Amino acid sequence: MTTETINTLIWLIPLPPILAFFLIVLLTNRSKALSHTIGVGAAALSFLGSMAVFIQAIGKEHLGEDPFGNSIPWLPTGDTWFNVGVLIDPLGAAVLFFVSITIFMIFLYSVGYQNFGQPKGDHDRPGLPPHGATVTDELGHKHTVLSVEPMYSRFFAFLALFAFGMYTLVVSDNLLTMFVGWEIMGLCSYLLIGFWYGKESARNAAIKAFMTTRIGDVFMLLGISFLYSATGTLTFREIFTEEMLHALATTATPILGLSAAGLIALLLFIGTIGKSAQWPLHVWLPDAMEGPTPVSAMIHAATMVSAGVYAVIRMFPLLTADFTGHGLTTAMSVVAFIGAFTALFSATIAVAQNDIKRVLAYSTISQLGFMIAALGIGAYVAAAFHLITHAFFKALLFLGSGSVIHGMEHGVLHTGNHKVDPQDMFNMGGLRKKMPITFWTFLIGGFALSGFPVITAGFWSKDEILADAFGHGHWAVFATLAIAAFLTAFYTMRQITLTFLGEPRTEEAEHAQETPWTMTVPLMVLAFFAITYGWVGIPEHFPVLGGLIPNWFHEFVGGTLAEHPEAVEFSWIPLLTSLVVALGGLFFGWLVYRNVNSPAEDKLQIPVLKNKWYFDEAYDFLFVKPAYWFAETFIYKWMDTGVIDGILHAFGKVTAFLGTSIRQYIDKLIINEFMGDGTARVTQWFGGRLQPMQTGRIQQYMLASLGLLIVIGGLLFSMLVR
Amino acid sequence: MIPLSWYLILSAALFSIGLFGVLARRNAIAILLGVELMLNAVNINLVAFWRYLDPVKITGQVFAIIVFAVAAAEVAVGLALVISVYRNRKTVVADELDMMKW
Repeated sequence: MTTETINTLIWLIPLPPILAFFLIVLLTNRSKALSHTIGVGAAALSFLGSMAVFIQAIGKEHLGEDPFGNSIPWLPTGDTWFNVGVLIDPLGAAVLFFVSITIFMIFLYSVGYQNFGQPKGDHDRPGLPPHGATVTDELGHKHTVLSVEPMYSRFFAFLALFAFGMYTLVVSDNLLTMFVGWEIMGLCSYLLIGFWYGKESARNAAIKAFMTTRIGDVFMLLGISFLYSATGTLTFREIFTEEMLHALATTATPILGLSAAGLIALLLFIGTIGKSAQWPLHVWLPDAMEGPTPVSAMIHAATMVSAGVYAVIRMFPLLTADFTGHGLTTAMSVVAFIGAFTALFSATIAVAQNDIKRVLAYSTISQLGFMIAALGIGAYVAAAFHLITHAFFKALLFLGSGSVIHGMEHGVLHTGNHKVDPQDMFNMGGLRKKMPITFWTFLIGGFALSGFPVITAGFWSKDEILADAFGHGHWAVFATLAIAAFLTAFYTMRQITLTFLGEPRTEEAEHAQETPWTMTVPLMVLAFFAITYGWVGIPEHFPVLGGLIPNWFHEFVGGTLAEHPEAVEFSWIPLLTSLVVALGGLFFGWLVYRNVNSPAEDKLQIPVLKNKWYFDEAYDFLFVKPAYWFAETFIYKWMDTGVIDGILHAFGKVTAFLGTSIRQYIDKLIINEFMGDGTARVTQWFGGRLQPMQTGRIQQYMLASLGLLIVIGGLLFSMLVR
Repeated sequence: MIPLSWYLILSAALFSIGLFGVLARRNAIAILLGVELMLNAVNINLVAFWRYLDPVKITGQVFAIIVFAVAAAEVAVGLALVISVYRNRKTVVADELDMMKW
C-alpha cells in the first residue's frame, strides 16, 4: 500500500459506525436483524480498516519520526487556516489495535446479551430491562425464558455512535477533533447509561455521569483554548516541536508558579480526571453500572476511560516539557499523586462491594490510577502498555460478568423468584460447572488483572510500572501502587471465589446456564489477548525470559516521542514485589473467602469501605443539596416568582389598564360613536331628506336638469360678460 | 345671401320646439320625436357655421353626418325600448312608467 492509500484508509476508519448510526436511526430501526447486521458489519469494517493500518504501521521503520496521516484546511482563522487531519503514529497504531478489537467484540457480544432471537417479552416495555417471556413447548409445559430487548435497534445505533466517537478521537491529529470525539462519547455514555430510562436509578446515574464528566470537560476546553491562544495551533506534531515546547516551558503563568506548558497539561488533565474517573471525580463510574453490560465494557475498557488516559499520553510531551530529569515538576507531581491515590483508594472500596459489576468498576478506577501515576512519574511506555493490556482484560472481565449475570437471570426466570439480585455475588457460587467457558475466560481476565506472574499480560504491564517507579526512585508512588496491586489481586480472587468456586448458594445459581456463542466467542478472543499481549513487552533484562522475544512494544511506542525513552535497569526488588503482591493477594483472597457464604460472614464489609468512603454522601451534602437549595429557594422562590414574575405582572397590569382606557375613551367614543355610527347616521338623515326628489318621472328629471343648465349657463355667461 | 343669423334663429326655434316636445308630451314616441328635432336643430347649426365660417374644411359636414348616424342608431334603440315597454306594461305614457321611483 502506498502512503496515500493508507492515509485515505485512516480517514475512512471512523466512517462505517457513523453511517451505521444514521442508517439504523433513520431506516432500519423496525428490523432488529437488519439493525444488528448493520451495526456489527460497520464495526467489522472499521476493524478490518484498523487492522490494515496497524499492519502497515508496524511494518514501517521510523514511524515515530514520519507517521501516517495528512490534514486538510478546515476553518479559516483570519489569514491562516485551522487544519484538521488524521495521524497514526506508533501510539495511535497501538491504541487503534486494541480499540478496534474490543469494539468489534463488544458489538458481537451485544447481539447475545440483548437476547436476539428470543421471543418478545410478555409485558416488556421500552426503557426497562426485559422481564422474560412465557413459551409453551409441544408437550404443553409453560416455561419462562429470556426475552428480547424492546429497544434492540436503538442500542446498536448508540453503540455505533459511540464507536464513531472513539475512532475519531484515536485518529485525530489535533486536539479539536479529538475533543469532538471525546464529547460524542460523553453524550453516548449518557444515552447508554440511561438506556433503561424507566429505572430511576439509571436516569440518575446518566445525569451524574454527564454532569461529573462535564466538570472535567470544561477545564479541558479551557486548556485547549489556552494552548491555542499560546501557540496558534492545536495539531499535535506542530505543538510537540522542540522550539514550541521550549517556548511554552519558559513562559511563566501567575497560577502556582507553573509554566504555561504545565498549566495547560494540568487543565487537560482535569478533563482526564473526569473522563477516566480519577479521584475526586470518580463518583460517576460505579453508578454507570446501571447501563447494560456491553455498555459498561464499552465505557470502562474499550473507549471512554481509555480515552482519558490516551489524552494524557498524547499530551505527555507537554506535561514533561519543563522536566529536567531531577525531581518531578509541579504538574507531574499532581498527576502522580492523583493517580497513585486513586489506585489505592478505589482498590479499598472494591474489596467491600458485593455487586459483581461494581467491583469491576472500582477496579477500573484503580487500574486507571496506575496508568495516571505512571505518566506522572514519566513512565510513558509503561502507561501505554498497561492501558492496552488493561483494555483487553477489563473488557473481558466486564463481558464475562455480563455473561454471569445473563446466566443468573436464566436461573431467576427458571425459579420465578424475582427478588434474587442476579448481580449480587453472594447469590452465586459454584458457577464454574454451569458456565465453564465464562469461568475459564473470567479466570484468565481476573489473573491478568491481578498480575499473575509470567503468563498474563497484566503482570508485564503492571510490573513495568512498578519497575519504573522503583528505578527512578519514586518510593511513595512505588509503595502506594504495590499496596494497591496487592488489594487488586485480593478483591479479584474474592470475586472469583464468591462467583465461581464452592457450591451454589441459591437455587438460581444452580439453574444458571452457559450463554450463546455470540457472547462466549468475544470472551475467548479477548482472553487470548489478555494473555498474549503481555509478551510483546517483556523487558530485555528479565531473567530467563528476557530477550527471547524482543521488547517490541517499548521500541515501537517509545518511538512516538522525540527523545527515545530509556528502558529502566532490571532490579529484583520490584519484580519480587509484584510477585509477592500478586500471588499473596490471590492466595489471601481465596483463603479468606473460600468459606464465606453470606455478607454477614464477610469481615471486610466495614461501613466506611462499603459506603465508598462516603464520597457520594459528601458530594451530596456539599454540592448537590446546596445546588438544589439554591435552585429552589433563591432562583425559584426569590428570583423567579418574586422578581421576574413581579416585573412581568407589573407589565401585565399596566398594559391591561392602558388597553381598557384606550377602549373606553378612544375606541368606543371616537372610533365607534363618532366616526362609525356618526357618519352612518348623517348619511341616513340626508338620504331620508333627499328621497322625495326621486319621483321616477323622466320628464321631471329632464326639467330639473334643464333648469340647472340654465342657471349654470346664466352664471357662466354673466361671469364671461363681466 | 341669407345672413347666418337666420339659420341660427331657425335652429334655435327648432331646438325649442323639440325641447318642448320632450318635456311636455306624454307619449314616449312623441318624446323621441322631440329628441330627433333637437338633434337636427344642432345639425343645422353645424352646417351653417361650416358654410359661413370655414367652407374649405369639411369638418362641419362630417360632424353632421356622424350625428345622423348616431341619431338613427338612437332611434332604433329607443323605438325598440318603447315596443318592449309596451309589450310589458300595455302603455307608452311616460308618466305611468315610474318603476325607477323610490
